[in-house]
This record gives sequence, structure tokens and C-alpha cells, in this order.
Amino acid sequence: MSASLSKPSFGDIAVKSTVLLIAALLCFAPFLFQDVRALEVAARICVFIVLVASYDLLIGYTGIVSFAHTMFFGFGAYGAAILLRQMGPGWDAVILGGLAGVLVSLVVATAIGLLSLRVKAIFFAMITLAAASVALVLASQLSHFTGGEDGITYRTPDLFKPAFKLMVDEDGKVLRLFGVKMNGKLAAYYFVFVTCLLLFFVMLRLVGSPLGTVLKAIRENEARAEAIGYRVVAYRTFVFCLSAAIASLAGTVYAVWLKYTGPDTALSFAIMIDILLMVVIGGMGTMWGAVIGAVLMVIAQYYLRDLMGVAAEATAKLPLLPELLNPDRWLFWLGIIFILLVYFFPKGIVGTITQKGARG
Amino acid sequence: MENLSQFFGRFGGVYLLPVGLALGAFVLIGAPSSWATLTIAGLSMGMMVFLMASGLSLIFGLMDVLNFGHSAFISFGAFVAATVLSALSGWVGADSVFLNSMALVFALLAAISFGLAAGWFFESVIIRPVYHDHLRQILITMGALIVSEQIILALWGGTPITVLRPHFLEGAIILGNVSVEIYRLFAFGLGLVAFIGLYLVLNRSRIGLLVRAGVENREMVEALGFRIDRLFIGVFMVGSALAAVGGAMWAGYETLITPALGGEMMIVVFIVVIIGGLGSIEGTLLGAIMVGLTANYVGFLAPKLALASNMILMTIILLWRPNGLRPAVK
Amino acid sequence: MTLLSLNNMKTDIGQYAVLHGVTLDIPEGGVFVLLGRNGAGKTTTLRSIMGLWSPTPGSVTFRGADITGLHTAEIARKGIAYVPENMGIFGSLTVEENLILATEKGRFDQPRLKRIYALFPALEQFWTKQAWSLSGGQKQMLAVARAIIEPRALILIDEPTKGLAPSIVAAMAEAFREISQSATILLVEQNFHFAKSIGRDMAVIDDGLVAHAGTMADFAADTELQERLLSLSA
Repeated sequence: MSASLSKPSFGDIAVKSTVLLIAALLCFAPFLFQDVRALEVAARICVFIVLVASYDLLIGYTGIVSFAHTMFFGFGAYGAAILLRQMGPGWDAVILGGLAGVLVSLVVATAIGLLSLRVKAIFFAMITLAAASVALVLASQLSHFTGGEDGITYRTPDLFKPAFKLMVDEDGKVLRLFGVKMNGKLAAYYFVFVTCLLLFFVMLRLVGSPLGTVLKAIRENEARAEAIGYRVVAYRTFVFCLSAAIASLAGTVYAVWLKYTGPDTALSFAIMIDILLMVVIGGMGTMWGAVIGAVLMVIAQYYLRDLMGVAAEATAKLPLLPELLNPDRWLFWLGIIFILLVYFFPKGIVGTITQKGARG
Repeated sequence: MENLSQFFGRFGGVYLLPVGLALGAFVLIGAPSSWATLTIAGLSMGMMVFLMASGLSLIFGLMDVLNFGHSAFISFGAFVAATVLSALSGWVGADSVFLNSMALVFALLAAISFGLAAGWFFESVIIRPVYHDHLRQILITMGALIVSEQIILALWGGTPITVLRPHFLEGAIILGNVSVEIYRLFAFGLGLVAFIGLYLVLNRSRIGLLVRAGVENREMVEALGFRIDRLFIGVFMVGSALAAVGGAMWAGYETLITPALGGEMMIVVFIVVIIGGLGSIEGTLLGAIMVGLTANYVGFLAPKLALASNMILMTIILLWRPNGLRPAVK
Repeated sequence: MTLLSLNNMKTDIGQYAVLHGVTLDIPEGGVFVLLGRNGAGKTTTLRSIMGLWSPTPGSVTFRGADITGLHTAEIARKGIAYVPENMGIFGSLTVEENLILATEKGRFDQPRLKRIYALFPALEQFWTKQAWSLSGGQKQMLAVARAIIEPRALILIDEPTKGLAPSIVAAMAEAFREISQSATILLVEQNFHFAKSIGRDMAVIDDGLVAHAGTMADFAADTELQERLLSLSA
């Protein structure tokens, strides 16, 4: 570890240049990949990088496991969604909705943190799981408010309408730059990209700050950190609140991008599993890992399922196997990969590469 | 205040809580017959939840292992039992108590055998490599839960399955003006038998002595010359089998089951062990009864609050006793 | 004759190296005292012998057989008992249950039980009490009794006099003398006065190494050495 601090190792350089490449690709995504689905993937990657990085603040930097991260993501998404529908498509609704989401997240996170963290970290995992499931059921029960299972569709500020013209040519038509329409869809993508970039930088700054050092000390040796005089519970609750607030903001951004919010896009346990996988694949305790994990998983989600469908057809005559290769069973394989990763590569891709580079 | 808590302690301490809860509910509900029905429903639900939760609590107490995959045993228990019952549908529906009971016994035996085997597999393959590492333990058992749920989906499909009830457990008996479902009485009785059995084993046998000592101080039991890890696999298997029986009983209670059953019950199970205190079956029983009663009373008095009622109960109890009502001595 | 020999035992706890190569021979019979400052590695030495930490590298030989790397339970069955610093009493179990648990077959050998009653009469008196309700001294007696309920050749005892009243310390010294007639005691002790009164041989552990080993009589006579190895200022 000290080697990677003093002079950048090969693995370190490899990781950072990969992340830089990803950032560049995401920055020019609308120009590089000119189809609707690819832009969908790019936006989802941006949002999930922030969501996973904020989760990593918790699991990677303090060593406690929460199953309520999607809940906070959902608070932000539903905050914006509900207000956008009630108040109409304006920036005031987006900002108020985002703030409301953050506020609710902070209150709930403080309550959970104070209730469970002062006793045993293991209670925390159980209580967050319980809270998340209550939130999910509440969202489907309070249907006049949340749209229930169907969710809510709404319009977003005019700037993001596909028909909105950012730039026009002499004929008053939407200008095309390198073949890309300068319209509201582009504006929406860059809204997502820039907000996510800002949030990511905030987190990056944070883990490099003295606070990040304290968090690492707590993770390495809780008893010793306590003995030195750090108030472990207070720090953990603070980080939990912080990661909840950032997750909530990511939810708001995603709600604005999708123009739809429902249990499947913002609250379901499947998203929690995605986040866990991304953190573990990328590597816990490193912000770069969040980037790589999110990119790999989102791409796999969009494109690997097609592959599974093909495999299921190819094995249609065998027993059970086609059932398991059914694209709906894709969580089965993710679960197995997840278990194997936690066994054999608990440091994830980034941790493993950095370590190898440092040794060699 | 001091006197009050002494008085409270002398008459059973925290064990009085369910009684207090029932009395409070009696005043609020007003109608004695509804109250009696709800209380019986609450007690039988509590006993089924106790079956599901007792293993989790002991497993944690003995080895500091929290198995998030525990709910897979509940789900599998439910589905295995339902499959056996539907395969034996002739016996189940027959007008013979003997055939009915045989179908039930086979279904429960299937659930138990499955629980034992799956428990052995979980402990030796999934959990053993990550002893003493809570973070990876939580992640791996959660991964195992995901895989198990997918296997259930692949085997039984996503649509709800109807569970046949043995004929002799159908219907209700009328006591005064209270009608009591026979199945609830049966579930209560089975849970009670399991509790008494566990209690006797833990308090009267040498193995039980080792388990109780191990919950308190694993290292010391080893220093006295006993292999706790070998004991633990036994506890794990029994705990998993109990969860499977709990799931099987719950399937008969609900009569319509989906693969989401385990996940739903898991939340209740967690709340029960948190309330009761990890590591003691007395605490787990207390927590389970509290949760069962609360769920039924609140469901009747304020249906909208029913969902949140368990969370509220847990919050109140944790604020009062951060380690739960009756945790094992550590 | 050597009962236990530690050969270049190095033990890490987490990322901290605690023992840097402890080499020591414990002869059979009597009380062998391990002295040393706080944090010098005395408790770690006992735990490493017991297999509760694994020494890597290094080896532990007991009655001529290598017991390095064995499971703690197997080491116990080879004839080593352990009384940890916190006594390791099972508080929710009664005195009787604490003791019967420590027997290999689950029943008492009556002569041995009589001997324990004679050593620690309080235990007979509180036989059916739950152990958490005992006083500190009684708990320590129970912990020692549990270590001798089966015949063990070596008994590791970690700071048994800590926080005990002088009268109980005296009773404890008496008990240790009696026990050491038939078994070897390896005692970690901060109370030098107590150690001097019962120890036959001794060693000083300092900073994870054996700084001195010899007879207690010689060490007790050499105040300069005591000052150098045990004083807090050095």
C-alpha cells in the first residue's frame, strides 16, 4: 500500500488511465455512439458511478454494510417525480424535489444510524434491510402519491424536451454538429454528465481529505481508532448520512433523465444487488473501482442478457439448463459470480490490479 | 421508578410484555371475541416465526455468523412441503385422519431433510471460508440468497402456488362465541413443542451445555478441549431445518405462496431476533410472540399501520434496550 | 526434564508482530513464572502455546511431540489447560455446569472433586449458583478449578491475582503450591511479590523476546537485574 502512495505503480497508472478513458468516452458519448440505446447506457453509467461511489464511501471506507442505499436513491427520484407532476415541468420542481429527497434521506439515515450503529454494526445490515423493504411496500401502497407499481411519468423542464432546439441553422432547423442534433436530448445528457461529474469530484475530494484518513483508520482497526479518541459512531453516522444524501441526488438526476419513476427504476431490491455487484467487481475502498464496476455491470446488463437468450435457445433440449439460461434468470449467474468474486477477489478489479502492479 | 422496575422484575420482567400488550389490546379492541381470535392468531403466527428465527439467533450466538441466506431455507421449506402435499393430494383430501397425518408427516419430513442437507451445504461450502469476516459473510450469504431465490424461480416458476391443507386441519372449532381455526392451534402446538424441545436440549443435555457455553465464550470452550466448529455445523443444520419447518407451516397458513415468501418473512425474522436479543431462544420466542401479537392487533385496529407496526415496535424496544430484550450473556 | 519447549516462536496479531522469536524451555514440575512489562508479549506467549494465535514460524514441543498448528481443542486434550486473564467463566452456567463441562466424559471423578472442594471451599458452597453472581475471587477459583478437573500436565494461568483481595491472593498461592505438586504451572504474573513467593523458575519477556531466564531465587536476589528488566522507566 505504501508503495502505491509514494510512487505510482504500473497497476495504479493502468487503473487511472482506464478511468480517464471512460470519462472521455462518457463526455463525448452522444457524438461517439449515435443511437438511442447507447445514450441510455451512457446516462445510466453516469448515474450509477455516483450511486456506487457513494455506496463505497460507506462499505469501502467504513466497512459497514447497508441494504438501504436504493431507498435513498428512491427518495431523491420520487421527490423530483412527485413535485414535477404536482408543480409542472420547471426547474423549481427539480430543485425542490431534490432538496426534499435529500432532507428525507438525512432524517431517515440519522435515525437508522443512531438506532443501530451504537450497538452492533451487524444490526445495521439487518435494520437497513428492514427499512428498505418497508419503503418499497410503502411506495406501492401509497399509490395516489407514488403511482404504486405503475410509477409516475411526468414532463421535465423544456430545455430537456427532444423538440427543444439548442442551436439552429439558417433555416431555423435544429443544427447538427458532427451529425448530432443539438436538441433537448443532448442537453439532458449533459445535465446528467456534469452533475454526476461534480458529485464524483466532491466524493473524490472527500476521501483525500483528513476525513478520509480517519475513515480508513476506523476501517482498519475500530478498537484502536476508538482508543485514540475518534468517536466511531458519530463518524459512521455522518458518512452514512453523506452517502445517503449523494445517493438521493443521483436519484433526482436519474428521475429527470428518465421522465419516469417507479419501483423498478428507483426502489427495487434488484438495484441494491446491482450496486453491491458493482462495488465488489470494481473493488471496495477505492473511488476508481466504483467507476470500473459501474461501467462493466451496466454494459453487461444491457448486452449480456441478449447473449443469455441465445444460449437458452441453444440448450433448449437439456433439462433445467435452459430455465437457468433464461434472460430472466440472469440474477442467478450474477449471484454466482458475486459469491466467487467475494471469495477469490475480495479487493475487486482495481484492488487486484493495483496490488499486482505494486508487487511487480 | 426503582421500585417499579423491581416489581416488574419480580413478576417476570420482560416476559410480561406480551401479557401487557394483550391487555392493552383488549381495552382498545373492546369486543372480547375479536380480541380472542386475534390473540390466538398472533400467538400462532409468533410460534411459526419462532421456528424460522430460532436457528438464526443460535447460529449468530454460537459463531458470530449472521446468515442473510437464512430466508432461503424458509422459502425452500415452504415449496418442498407444498410439492409433497400436492403429490400426495389423495391422502391430503382423504376422509381419514391417518392418511391426512401421513401426508403432513411426509411433507414436514421432506422440509426437515431438505433443511438439514441445505444447512450442511451452506455451512461447509459457503460460510466456512469467511468465518470472522463480517463484511464478506454478509455479502456472501446475500449472494447465496440471490442464487437460491433464482433456483426457486427456475424450479417452481414465478406464479403463486396453492398449498393443500390436510383435511383434518381444515375448519375451525367454536369455543363459546370464539371461532378458532384448527390450523392455527396446530401451528401453535408445533412451535411450542419445538421450543420445549430446544429448551430441554439446551438446558439439560451436555451438547446443550456446550452450545450455551460456546455462545458465551467460544474460545474458552475450545481451550477446554472441544471442537466448537464441529458442534456448530450441527447447530447450523438443525437451525436450517427449523427454518424449513417454519416455512412449511407458513405455507399451509397462507395457502398461496410465491417465491417472495422467504424475503418477506426474513424482514420479520430479523426484527424478531433484534427485538429478542441475539443468541438466546427465550429471547427469540419473546420477540416472535411480540411481533405476532402486534401484527394482528395493529392489523385489526389500524390496518394502514400494519406494515410499519413491526418497525415501530423494533424502534421502541431498541431505544429502551439497545441489545434487545433478552440477549445471551457475552 | 523439559515438559514444554518453545522454539523461535514468532506471532503476529493482525499486522502487528508481537513475538519476535521466543525460545524457552519449561521444565517439568513446579511453578514457572513469566514476568515482563505490560505489552511485552506474555499473554501472547500463552495464547500461542494454546493455539489461539498461530506462531509462524516457530514451533511448540510438548512432552517431546510437536504441537505447533494443532487445533486448540487438540492441544487441550494433549494435557494443557488454560486460565485466561479474563478467567473465561461461563456466566449463565452454574458452578457445577462450568465444572462438568470441563470434564472429558461429562461426569465427575469424585476424588478429584473432593480435592477441588478442599482447595476452594467456596465453590462447594455456591455449587448451584450461576457463575456471574460470584465474586471476582470466587470466579478466579472456579477458573482454576476448571483447569484441574481433568488431570493436565501443564496449566497456563494468566495474571490470576489481578484485582484480588490480599487474603484471596494468599489462598491462591496456597492452591498453586498444592497443584504444582502434581502438575506444572506456567504463570504470567505482574505481582512480583506473589511471583517470588511461589515461583521456582522464571523468565522475563521483553519486547517479544526472552530477555532473561533462570531460577527465581537468583533473580530475586539480583535487584539490579529486576530494575533493568521490570521497571517502568526503562
